[in-house]
Amino acid sequence: METRGARIGFGVSTALVVCFLWLPLVVIAVYAFNKSSIQSWPVSGWTLHWFRVAWQASDVRSALWLSVRVGLLASGIAIVLGSMAAFGVHRFRFFGRESVSLLLLLPLALPGIITGLALSSFFTFANQQASWLPGLPFSMWTIVIGHATFCVVVVYNNVLARLRRTSGSLVEASMDLGADGWQTFRYVTWPTISTALVGGALLAFALSFDEVIVTTFTAGAQTTLPIFIFNNINRGSQLPVINVVAFVVIALTVIPVWASVRLTHTSGLSRRS
Amino acid sequence: MRWLTRRRAIGALAAAGLLAALVVPATSIGSGSAAFSPPTKIGKGEGSLNVIEWPAYTDPSFAKPFEKATGCTIHRKDAGSSNQMVALMRAGGGGGGGQYDLVSASGDASLRLIYGKDVVPINVNLLPGWKQFFPYFKSPAHNTVNGVHYGISLQWGPNTLIYNTKKVKPAPTSWSVVYGKKYAGKISIPNNPIQIADAALYLMKTKPALGIRDPYELTKGQFDAAVALLKRQKPLVKRYWNYAADQITDFKNGDVTVGSTWPYQTLTLQASKLSVKDLIPREGTTGWADTWMLAAKAPHPNCAYMWMKYVTMPKVEAQQAIVFGETPVTPLACPYMNKLQAGSCAQYHLNAPAAYLKSIHFWKVPIADCGWGGRKDCVDFTAWQQAWTQITG
Amino acid sequence: MAVDVAREAGSLRGARLRVSAAFWRRPWLKLAALVGPPVGIYTIVYVGSLAVLLASGFWAVNAFTSETVHTWNLGNFRTIFSTTDLTYWRIIGRTVAMAAAVTVTDAVLAFPLAYFMARLAMPRLRALLFVAVLLPLWSSYLVRIYSWRTILSTSGALNWVLTGLGLPAQHLSGTNWAMWLVFSYIWLPFMVLPVFAAIERIPDSYLEASGDLGARAGRTFRSVMLPLVLPGFVAGSIFTFALTLGDFITPALIGGGPGTAMIGSTVEANVGLNVPFAAALTAVPVAIMGLYLMAAKRLGAFEAL
Repeated sequence: METRGARIGFGVSTALVVCFLWLPLVVIAVYAFNKSSIQSWPVSGWTLHWFRVAWQASDVRSALWLSVRVGLLASGIAIVLGSMAAFGVHRFRFFGRESVSLLLLLPLALPGIITGLALSSFFTFANQQASWLPGLPFSMWTIVIGHATFCVVVVYNNVLARLRRTSGSLVEASMDLGADGWQTFRYVTWPTISTALVGGALLAFALSFDEVIVTTFTAGAQTTLPIFIFNNINRGSQLPVINVVAFVVIALTVIPVWASVRLTHTSGLSRRS
Repeated sequence: MRWLTRRRAIGALAAAGLLAALVVPATSIGSGSAAFSPPTKIGKGEGSLNVIEWPAYTDPSFAKPFEKATGCTIHRKDAGSSNQMVALMRAGGGGGGGQYDLVSASGDASLRLIYGKDVVPINVNLLPGWKQFFPYFKSPAHNTVNGVHYGISLQWGPNTLIYNTKKVKPAPTSWSVVYGKKYAGKISIPNNPIQIADAALYLMKTKPALGIRDPYELTKGQFDAAVALLKRQKPLVKRYWNYAADQITDFKNGDVTVGSTWPYQTLTLQASKLSVKDLIPREGTTGWADTWMLAAKAPHPNCAYMWMKYVTMPKVEAQQAIVFGETPVTPLACPYMNKLQAGSCAQYHLNAPAAYLKSIHFWKVPIADCGWGGRKDCVDFTAWQQAWTQITG
Repeated sequence: MAVDVAREAGSLRGARLRVSAAFWRRPWLKLAALVGPPVGIYTIVYVGSLAVLLASGFWAVNAFTSETVHTWNLGNFRTIFSTTDLTYWRIIGRTVAMAAAVTVTDAVLAFPLAYFMARLAMPRLRALLFVAVLLPLWSSYLVRIYSWRTILSTSGALNWVLTGLGLPAQHLSGTNWAMWLVFSYIWLPFMVLPVFAAIERIPDSYLEASGDLGARAGRTFRSVMLPLVLPGFVAGSIFTFALTLGDFITPALIGGGPGTAMIGSTVEANVGLNVPFAAALTAVPVAIMGLYLMAAKRLGAFEAL
């Protein structure tokens, strides 16, 4: 329906914007193989040396492992709380229903520094002044809580969007045919929402895995991968190693990103066309 | 509808909690904890040591042998400013929040930590290096209150003027180079309110009419003059750096050619073959004297003591001094320094500390109570921070 | 039904049926079980935290130890909204202007990409473009920002290209222009995704009808496309706006020059010395985002997220 000129125009601008998005990633990849530890342009020589250094660094491994654990726990919490809220909001009409979306969206819609500082003040307050509250010293768990606050809404939105697309008559039909709530969930609801759930959880994991602003306020002495990277950018001593780590993470995440694209958009996209 | 009532109940609960927080009386400022008694011997290591440090203060070159010998693995949190160190120590309820064991606080942070009860007294008798310190550094005012030692002195040094020898000619001898137009857009200044003291020090020497006695104890008029100087400097500055590495990157990239620095950046840049030099300009300079302080809620106190004991041995003092470009607190480090790098003992003035010590105005917390002339109207640090935001914002 | 339930009471299925039935008869119970925990936890942990934060904006610090003093006062807000010293007004104004500029830039950049993905690309290419947009989100935000710093620096790739083309070298490092570029870059995927979703939802028939009724491409875009895509833009702008308001990493790594302080970096700078002041300053972005979210809700952006 679009004219030929419009098609070419959209195609060219798409190509340019994608190049813009990828320019820094290419630079990261190039510097990962850079012989010199000074990041100047053009690159003077090539080496695999930094890969060996990164492989041998135990602090990189422990930071990576902590980030993976935090990401899994935060997305786990997000799956539970996010889908509960999505089901509730989808099924029922109740006073304040609109506000649930707003409440869950707040941690993502308010700047990270506010979420971070607020949680940090809250934990500090709980530890220092409010002896009636259970003390929660900074630990992996405070990082998980910080991340979960903004992860829940991602799963919630994904599941809610999917529920809105599927017809409610399926559930009613299942009940009419004698299935109990669990069976309806297992054989009707679950197959329709499972891909949305996994897609949302993957996005939640990605947000958690790369989060640094909230983490700087809710972590104690624990070092997640982004904190490790931030420390080392500030120290300036291991920049090539950081480029290697970033490069490897990009290379590895092609798989889950591809999976999440297929999961969230193969079934959902069929409506048009 | 019942969940609504429940939510209201929760709201009421939260409000009650808030109220409870508000009636807590303001924390009094005492002279530290009298009840606390430091240990009399160092126990078994806990396997871990979490430190808040200036970059390279637990450099692997001397920390690796320590980790191997004691089994205490060091986890580092680098700070870019004294404020950040205090913030890290205060997070999670203060005293290091049960997270951190040690902090390498400079003079403008150490007293805040002591009076904030974030650090506890230590037993210097467990640290044999202490007996050999220069007398001044055994019990300096910035870490010893009423004869109680809240930590052990570590290293000290100047904030220096750094310049790219290829771009800045003739070689500068005065701080005027960072306040003048000649290198506009190529100047690099720390993003730190304590920088106002540097301006005050410059004015103390160049504008004696202002009557500045101490760059950290400024009356309103003196303070305004220093702030005005920094506001005039603002359009000339390329970047206010937050972390040492920021400044290193800027020099490497050619974004800046002259600025205020720590010797560490100069040494790092020289090691990567960049032609930079640093010096103490003729007006003198500000500087720091650092202390390893033990967090009140340190989870690994034994490893902390082991580290304080290790790092104040003359040989390790010398190693750290060479890595960061600073001066040890013990004269016994001199031969080790010369062995590591010929002439370094004299280069860092370890052989003649008294005169050198006088030329450096160590960082301290500006308070209303001027230390001179019995006046009580000096500008305090909160106002310094506000003014600094005004200057850079 | 009730008789059946009673008969099967002994079996597991019976128990499940009873639970189902109980929920069926009392929908509010199911509602409370589903919505109660998430809302309850959020209210206590998140809203509670915000309340503690905003309350501490009314406290003060001890000038010497910089410990929080719990005495109520408006001093922090007086400093921020001072009429004689416009520092904080300027910082707030700069931050909001930056957030607006970044939002507009991202909207302009995101539209053709989202349109192409939603309406022109074949399924395989569309999936590929999705990966191309999502992958930067997964790769370290810090490293990408740092990468821009090296690109924009005096001896970086940008000037290498510029001087190669015979153009004058640019000294962008540390400036507001550099921050605008990097902010626009970093938050772009957050705009692309909701705009894509909004475009994708427009049925072809609407656009065809518009064409059939004689509207040219421009008119169809203005009168049919834009009103339907607007919620997508607003949803995306919530992220681009909020993220720019609070970021302190980009100002630290990319900005840092004179006159580049933002709300985020000013809050961060005050955390060490004056937590109540930092808390008071956070009230500004909270208020801005509060207004923004209310407006967004009216425009139907929440459905488009």
